[in-house]
Amino acid sequence: MTDTPWDPSMPILEIDQLSISFFTRMREIPAVMDFSCKVMPGEAMGLVGESGCGKSTVALGVMRDLGKNGRITGGSIRFKGRELTTMTEEQLRQLRGSEIAMIYQEPMASLNPAMKIGAQLIEVPMIHQGMGRAEAMALARQIVEDVRLPDPDRILQAFPHQLSGGQQQRIVIAMALMSKPALLILDEPTTALDVTVEAGIVDLVKDLGRKYGTSMLFISHNLGLILDVCDRLCVMYSGEAVETGNVAQVFDKMRHPYTQALFRSIPLPTAHKTSRPLVAIPGNFPLPHERPNGCNFGPRCDYFAEGRCDQADVRMSALPEDDRHASRCLRWSEIDWDAPLAKVVTKEKAAIGEVVLKMEDLKKYYSVSSGSFGGGDEKVVKANETLTFEARAGETLAIVGESGCGKSTFAKVLMGLETATSGSIRLFDENVQSTPIQQRNTDTVSSVQMVFQNPFDTLNPSMTVGRQIIRALEIFKQGSSDAERHARMLELMDLVKLPRAFADRMPRQLSGGQKQRVGIARAFAGGAKVVVADEPVSALDVSVQAAVTDLLMDIQRENGTTLLFISHDLSIVRYLSDRVMVMYLGHVVEMGTTDQVFQPPYHPYTEALLSAVPIADTRVIRKRIVLEGDIPSAMNPPPGCPFQTRCRWKDQVPNGLCDREMPPVRQLQGAHQIKCHLSDEILAGMEPVIKLAGE
Amino acid sequence: MLKFLIRRISVMIFTALVLTFVVFFLTNLPPNLEKLARSEGSVRMTDDAVASWIVENGHGGPLLGRYAEWLGLAPGWTLTDEKGVTRGRCIDVYAEAGSAPTFCGILQGNWGISTFAKEPVGDVLGRSLGATGWLMFWVMMVMVPASLVIGILSGMREGARTDRVLSVFSIASTATPEYVSGVILLAVFASVNAGLSPLLRDWGLLSDRTLFYGTATSAMDKITFWNFALPVMTIALYGIGYISRMTRASMTEVMTQQYIRTARLKGVRFRDVVLRHALRNALIAPFTVIMLQFPWLLNGVVITELLFNYKGFGWTLVQAAGNNDIDLLLGCSVVAVLVVLITQLISDIGYVFLNPRIRLA
Amino acid sequence: MQDALSWGGIILRILQQFLPVWIALIATFALSLRFKRHLGLFGKLFDSPVGMIGLALVLFWVFTALFANMIITMDPIGQFGRTKNPLPGLPLTGVENPPYPYFLLGGDHLARDVFSRMVMGAREVLKIAPFATAFAFMVGVTLGLPAGYFGGKLDTALSFLANLVLAFPVILLFYLLVTPEIRDTGIPVYLAAVLFIFPVIFTCTVLNSRFHTDPPKRNLMIGVTLVIGLWAYSGLAFNLDPLGIWSMGPNLLNVFVSVVFVNAPTVFRIVRGLVLDIKARDYVAAGQTRGESAWYIMLWEILPNARGPLIVDFCLRIGYTTILLGTLGFFGLGVTPESPDWGSTINAGRKLLLLYPHAAIVPALALMSLVLGLNLLADGLREESLKD
Ligand SMILES: Nc1ncnc2c1ncn2[C@@H]1O[C@H](COP(=O)(O)OP(=O)(O)OP(=O)(O)O)[C@@H](O)[C@H]1O
Ligand code: SF4
Ligand code: SF4
Ligand SMILES: [Mg+2]
Repeated sequence: MTDTPWDPSMPILEIDQLSISFFTRMREIPAVMDFSCKVMPGEAMGLVGESGCGKSTVALGVMRDLGKNGRITGGSIRFKGRELTTMTEEQLRQLRGSEIAMIYQEPMASLNPAMKIGAQLIEVPMIHQGMGRAEAMALARQIVEDVRLPDPDRILQAFPHQLSGGQQQRIVIAMALMSKPALLILDEPTTALDVTVEAGIVDLVKDLGRKYGTSMLFISHNLGLILDVCDRLCVMYSGEAVETGNVAQVFDKMRHPYTQALFRSIPLPTAHKTSRPLVAIPGNFPLPHERPNGCNFGPRCDYFAEGRCDQADVRMSALPEDDRHASRCLRWSEIDWDAPLAKVVTKEKAAIGEVVLKMEDLKKYYSVSSGSFGGGDEKVVKANETLTFEARAGETLAIVGESGCGKSTFAKVLMGLETATSGSIRLFDENVQSTPIQQRNTDTVSSVQMVFQNPFDTLNPSMTVGRQIIRALEIFKQGSSDAERHARMLELMDLVKLPRAFADRMPRQLSGGQKQRVGIARAFAGGAKVVVADEPVSALDVSVQAAVTDLLMDIQRENGTTLLFISHDLSIVRYLSDRVMVMYLGHVVEMGTTDQVFQPPYHPYTEALLSAVPIADTRVIRKRIVLEGDIPSAMNPPPGCPFQTRCRWKDQVPNGLCDREMPPVRQLQGAHQIKCHLSDEILAGMEPVIKLAGE
Repeated sequence: MLKFLIRRISVMIFTALVLTFVVFFLTNLPPNLEKLARSEGSVRMTDDAVASWIVENGHGGPLLGRYAEWLGLAPGWTLTDEKGVTRGRCIDVYAEAGSAPTFCGILQGNWGISTFAKEPVGDVLGRSLGATGWLMFWVMMVMVPASLVIGILSGMREGARTDRVLSVFSIASTATPEYVSGVILLAVFASVNAGLSPLLRDWGLLSDRTLFYGTATSAMDKITFWNFALPVMTIALYGIGYISRMTRASMTEVMTQQYIRTARLKGVRFRDVVLRHALRNALIAPFTVIMLQFPWLLNGVVITELLFNYKGFGWTLVQAAGNNDIDLLLGCSVVAVLVVLITQLISDIGYVFLNPRIRLA
Repeated sequence: MQDALSWGGIILRILQQFLPVWIALIATFALSLRFKRHLGLFGKLFDSPVGMIGLALVLFWVFTALFANMIITMDPIGQFGRTKNPLPGLPLTGVENPPYPYFLLGGDHLARDVFSRMVMGAREVLKIAPFATAFAFMVGVTLGLPAGYFGGKLDTALSFLANLVLAFPVILLFYLLVTPEIRDTGIPVYLAAVLFIFPVIFTCTVLNSRFHTDPPKRNLMIGVTLVIGLWAYSGLAFNLDPLGIWSMGPNLLNVFVSVVFVNAPTVFRIVRGLVLDIKARDYVAAGQTRGESAWYIMLWEILPNARGPLIVDFCLRIGYTTILLGTLGFFGLGVTPESPDWGSTINAGRKLLLLYPHAAIVPALALMSLVLGLNLLADGLREESLKD
């Protein structure tokens, strides 16, 4: 289609010393500096880094869609040998969608809510190939089939909101493939999706890339995903590429301290906390206008050498071993990369005490009216079904499951924000099942507290940090005078390792991790005995996640607190919990100690969940189990076993029992329980999904 | 959908009942009735005479009962005086005492007699609504396209020069209520001594005394550009400002959405991005606003008709209120309330219709 | 006999009359620009040209209202000279010791000075509009918070009531509510009794929810509020203030109440919508898990975070209230005929509009510039509060 001849052995995309800035009223924000990378035909290039490091800006820079205040301030971007930075709008328009296509994070937001799927798809070939309507529709139908969506004709006639998140993302992918682009840019395409759905999309992207020979620029903050999808990768830190090379090299023979620190700070589901402790990267990510002199990573780097690393800007230097491996570190050749981790003090686990919380047959149903105008039939959403478990003092119980499985509802009921439909909750031998929070006494309230998921939401934006903690102290009747409470507040700030001066700050002056620490301080203000942490670190950057997790565990250890840790991230669960409870559609499908759950026999759902977790470890061999379809809506769950619509073991159960009957809770060895019809022999014969190559 | 409609309409009927009752209550307050007695009877009536006049003319008795009579849900009052003459709510209208129906409220089409126009209220309302209908028609013809175009042009590129210029215009026009814009328009275009007319006359471009007519009374017979442009502009200006601000806000929001970026990066032309992808989503909010503008338009109508001496609905309302013409005022209120409620209903239904997310959810 | 002033002369003299306003304006702007980084949202306004123009317009009228006595050239309700409808710049003749030699902006059909009436009109308008708007906000906030927060039947009932008032065309409501007959029945007083108690309730709830953990402090603060609040309440609503400091004439009360009544439902709807949005935030849930009372959460966790849109709406709404007051004046409702307020002056001037437009145009432009200022100010505030 292009008129310029282009040699297919040359790179598809060649970015050279690209710099991009955003111009605000206050200052220029250099979002990307001196960024170079090359994508060869058919190659998948990964771009990793923490949020704010400039990944999306690079992608949008390639698309030349930087908005009103963004500008390319230097360098060049060549696509098939043609310079993109100087192209006119019209030339760009012909390239966009036809030769370069882009997929973003939020599938729902990237589809026009008022246009049918079909109309949105056929637009692409109609614009670029001048295709007729009928022909374009036929093509659309074929591509929709290619992205493995059922019933393409119905889907083409549907509006976006009628599809589930996973289906929407497949449509976005289909749209990108409509004119068989040479380069596909994917900006965190699965972040908004559940793990099991993500696994399906990742497989699809890989297969299609192979089938159409498309080159890819795959952006993610998840190293595990990059390992799954990409051939090469480029690690970014604070607007710069710090290391680039092929995946095997960077994962196993990294030559930049940041890459190393990043790998050391992420938990792996293959390893237990004792065998591989997490090491948080100290400090915070610098804002673009607050970058230090010399090496950007300097202030957080373990190998920082004064007088060298803080002088001139560090350049990217190619490493001798070739295959385009390069690192932006002055000292890469001096560092002993194989040195074992400095011994981290392993802290003594607090003893597990008596039972503090006991739930029996807890049920929570919501009645909602279906239909858009409130007139429809009343329907019951069974958010929690017969939850039974107990938690002991000093114990960490993890609650795992994908969105909509009832994790948050459970937390709300326990906190007393909602009352249970039936069943009992005993807290320190007191039945609080139907006591809403207003009627609980101060002691009960202050001993059960919560840490919330979203750091940007957890603090009141118009009250100082200190005031918010003092308010919690007042409400929990701590301290007898204002001065005493103020002193106690400062102690709490120390406890969560925040400078005391932060007490006078407004929440917007704090980083995400710091806000989360304030949230923890507030939860422990009244000496909480049970703390529910609802995904406390999932919205934080990987490099701070470890620090906040450690803090939470330290405080727990000192106070002997019971921690109910809600998460969808199995890696972190493996890392910190004593026992695990796996939920699906309101049911507990498996419960046991961490080792029991992470080893066979599994519940079929746990098995799929484990196999879907992307793992950033080249030695791991995973059995790939991709679940078909999406999670059913809790509004109309399937009959029989809740997991039966997606279960791959279902045919091993005779008589179609799974379709008809809710499986019973089965006690296996130890206190391990599984809710499944599978026979003992089949369960015993299950193979582990995750294995290390050497094992 | 049907269920929604039924529910929505029953709420509307209930609202209408409550509102008309409030109006009935406020227009039938004792001081109003006393005033009515004095103007219908004689100014020098004693207080006792006033009181008995009120009772004899069916304005006594419990309020709710009188309201039901007026609605036509209760039998109209009758009264036979010493002379054996029977009078009553329904009899006055249908002359014959014997053949008069029992119920004769607005549900039966009897809106009462206007004391001011000395005509049945229905006739007065019909005539004035007709006149106002034309006014509204032209206002809509000017206001809706103008405000949508302004809103979309300024919203599609936020912060551009077109946006700044158009925004200043629309902010200024929302700051200009009808009685201000009417006065300014009249002074500039229809004043003998000021504005454009004297200038044009000096230059010999104008043979009439003024460029536009200072009143719209002649438009009752024949609408021309010269007698109707000023009143129409007076009403439309305020609305244009308001609706175009709404459209702009909605448009700028839509233009920042991801799917607009998707469309752009698909290689869709900017014009098509605006027309095919943004427009429909951006029009949902303004549509509701246009419909909810009716109570305000009514304000504008009243002011403008008074200012331009155009004998439409607004003018009638002012006369009814000024002359303590209870039946006429009640009639006007019913019409006004119904117009507002019906436009609200249309706005709800239209919103659902325009927004596939709600329609098919 | 002097000559009539030229337009240049008129403008010069007017600029001179406004001298106190210029001084005050320059002082305010100089100080604000100097300290703009310490003034929060107000300071940020000085980064936006639109906001600054708006603020300048609004402050111009505020200072005009404050210094009206120094600015006016003649008694705004006095009649001067024999000429009817004197044109702008005409010298004042036939009066001994004329207070000022010229009708700067002409005179009206009763030979009253248009300029002085316009200046005094600013005071009339600014005496009512901001306070009526503030009351409407108190009512709307006090009802909107629980409606949005609790939802359910309370919400249904309150929303129905609000929609009821909103379905009334404003003009009709005014014609029904602002009449001498209504004043005779005492309905405005009842309405005032209901509406004016809201600020007292509001303040007490704010204090109680915040300080109930410290009863002595709470009792003191609520006690003080109640004493001052109820004292003002008795005076304003019932004209029963024993000291006679708080009072409001029946006409004024009627106008005031009607304007509050018209505005409150819209505020209610805005507040309710904001609450529905904010109550899903985690910090609200955090408050609930601490066992905070519902009112604490509404007033201290939700309301402060809704302030941005509310401040913007407050500015817009003062403008709207100004327009409403003008409408009332235009229809001659509720105000004395000689009142210099802008609406009434426009109404009086419109009869001779086609021959002598100045008497109506001057107050019309004044009203427009004030509302424009408020709208621009709101626009600037909105823009600046979004940029953060
Ligand atoms: N107030 C409510 N009314 C009706 N249904 C509700 C309500 N709250 C939760 N649900 C439903 O209950 C189910 C469980 O919801 P819950 O919020 O507990 O899921 P979750 O596992 O926390 O999801 P996520 O990971 O997305 O936060 C969902 O289907 C949800 O739609
Ligand atoms: S250059 Fe110095 S500070 Fe930067 S990464 Fe290398 S060793 Fe660390
Ligand atoms: S009961 Fe059947 S469907 Fe359910 S998990 Fe077990 S095997 Fe699968
Ligand atoms: Mg959740």
